[in-house]
Amino acid sequence: MNWSRKDVIAIHDLTADEIGLVLDMASSFKEISKRDIKKVPTLRGKTVVLLFYEPSTRTRLSFEIAAKRLSADTVALSASGSSFSKGETIMDAVYNVTAMAPDCIVIRYPYAGIPAKMAELLPCSVINGGDGFHEHPTQALLDMYTLREHFGRLEGLTVAIVGDIMHSRVARSNVYGLKKMGANVVLVAPKTLLPPGVETWGAHISTEFDPVIPEADAIMMLRVQKERLNERFFSGEREYSVFYGLNKRRVDMMKDGAVIMHPGPMNRGVEITHDAADCARSIILDQVENGVAIRMTLLYLSMGGTANVD
Amino acid sequence: MWIKGGTIIDPANGIEQAGDIHIREGLIADVCLNGSRETDEEVIDAAGLWVLPGLIDMHVHLREPGFEYKEDITSGSRAAAAGGITTVVCMPNTNPVNDNPSVTRYIVEKARHKALIRVLPAGAITRGLQGTELSEMGLMKAAGIVAVTDDGKTVADAGIMRRGMEYAATFELPVISHCQDKSLGASGVMNEGSLSSRLGLAGIPSLAEDVVISRDTLLARYTGLPIHITHVSTSSGLEIIRQAKDSGVRVSCDVTPHHLLLTEERVRGYDTNAKMYPPLRREEDRLALIEGIRSGIVDCIATDHAPHARDEKDLDFDLAPFGVIGLQTLLPAIYRLHREYDISFSRLLTCVTINPARILGIEGGSLSPGVRADITLFDPAASWVFTRESVLSKSENSPFLGSEMHGRVVLTIVEGRIVHRI
Repeated sequence: MNWSRKDVIAIHDLTADEIGLVLDMASSFKEISKRDIKKVPTLRGKTVVLLFYEPSTRTRLSFEIAAKRLSADTVALSASGSSFSKGETIMDAVYNVTAMAPDCIVIRYPYAGIPAKMAELLPCSVINGGDGFHEHPTQALLDMYTLREHFGRLEGLTVAIVGDIMHSRVARSNVYGLKKMGANVVLVAPKTLLPPGVETWGAHISTEFDPVIPEADAIMMLRVQKERLNERFFSGEREYSVFYGLNKRRVDMMKDGAVIMHPGPMNRGVEITHDAADCARSIILDQVENGVAIRMTLLYLSMGGTANVD
Repeated sequence: MWIKGGTIIDPANGIEQAGDIHIREGLIADVCLNGSRETDEEVIDAAGLWVLPGLIDMHVHLREPGFEYKEDITSGSRAAAAGGITTVVCMPNTNPVNDNPSVTRYIVEKARHKALIRVLPAGAITRGLQGTELSEMGLMKAAGIVAVTDDGKTVADAGIMRRGMEYAATFELPVISHCQDKSLGASGVMNEGSLSSRLGLAGIPSLAEDVVISRDTLLARYTGLPIHITHVSTSSGLEIIRQAKDSGVRVSCDVTPHHLLLTEERVRGYDTNAKMYPPLRREEDRLALIEGIRSGIVDCIATDHAPHARDEKDLDFDLAPFGVIGLQTLLPAIYRLHREYDISFSRLLTCVTINPARILGIEGGSLSPGVRADITLFDPAASWVFTRESVLSKSENSPFLGSEMHGRVVLTIVEGRIVHRI
């Protein structure tokens, strides 16, 4: 099959074939990062602008390294230190960036919908690095890649996603992607952190963590955001960690071969304890490593690279 | 002046037939339904046109004073005239707020000099729309207000709302309530449901509206006083109103054209012209509102014309202000409901003429001899496209931009004077 997309905005829009293509191609890009000279000339002369309107370490670094390994020129702009902090609207900022003729803009933005709007209006490629509570497609692709690399398949796997589903773009993108690829998804959260209409997502839903644990091939923990506590979505970190935190006791309940994932950054001691985050089941750093390969693949494909995988 | 050869539709008098109308000294002098009379006065040829009572829109934001960059009385009244609307009730959320007689007098004076149509101000229920102290309703009534409302700043305190209703009734002022419990869905920007979760936007549940509709109809029941619920958007809220009406509570309500014609699906694509309060709801809500018009539970259709400048609307969906304009598209929307949902045009017309006139206790809304000659001539055969260029408001925030419209206002008369003609 061929990749015909200029942009990568939402896993919801991708077909299983397209997801499969990205995962297949990512293996060859991963190999580049293992070389002594970690650079190929594929995107030489291309300009990638990284517009990050929200704090990010992992995603931004990962995109920047991915672009550089493909020889693209990268420019990174963050909200502080840009004219966004002077009150310029996002679309003005975006049009100004576009006037400087980038080939691709990677955008992270605190509100939903801007990447989609940019994709519609701009001539260059747009890759969504996470928008509001909407989607974080590259995270879901690297998560699926990591799972497939570990288990050799996605079909039939049971993946538990635990935590603040309501405000999580990572959870949304993963649910859509994993379902398309034939995995079973179980969402675990207190009712206050389950989004309206979640029952239509095709995932199983549980407010109890323990019964889900022995069934899961992978447990993906979501970060607890402190601001949700201020908004009274739950009672406090102590109670949260008792009911929804991954700790030694729960790790011991996991079935043989099951793995632990986290999109980062972790709140150690809240949703995950040291002995869970650092145990042999954890593939958290594999996720980070694979992120570079996935982003290389997407940069390559969106800037007109041909998919040579049948 | 005579209007000859048109089809007169005047639901207040049960007229729907060919006839001529004689206007003299700003009043309707005569309605002749059998045979044309010779005259040497000015004659407007209405052949092929529908002759309607001038429309009354009981929920409009004219933004003056304070937000003249969005709209002012001149531009808003021009848009209204082009839409066949001859009376608007303008909301008090101006700057300063219309919570005292000086602001009321300012609006009334401005309207007298600048407005093409009749502009009737609504005053605030509470000072500064703060929901705590009652405004000077009596003095404002003397200065010209026809109703009180805190509109988008729903009076949250039930005790204050009760006092507000009792105080308003003292001065025979209708109370208009925008029902929204801000503690439910405070950060919401669209209807809460599967779609809001999909789009990653915070939701406003139907519950936020229904809770206050319940409260206000219970207040009306307990006090025996009337309440008008504005822009109902949920089928469940309408059901609460139906039950209240059935048991004799003095409750009336209006709905907007956008809630009658659009659903939350319009938010896909994050078009900020699909962001309004209450939010666009589900298809089943929309159909329930249409049935409510057919059955008569819905009394009025009002636009909630809410102009916002382009640079305000040209923001992220989360950050853009709520509201859309609607004056010029009201009558085409009504005509579309007539054509597509088989509701009699006359029934629809009551919702923008005699019903709001009765609820507000104002003259107009009919073509009865002796009343002010506010008349709209409508060409049902015309079709046109509503574009940015056709917008007469200062703001262009319409969800209907680019849509083909069937039926067009060709002439609008206010107190016997032609204020719009194409």
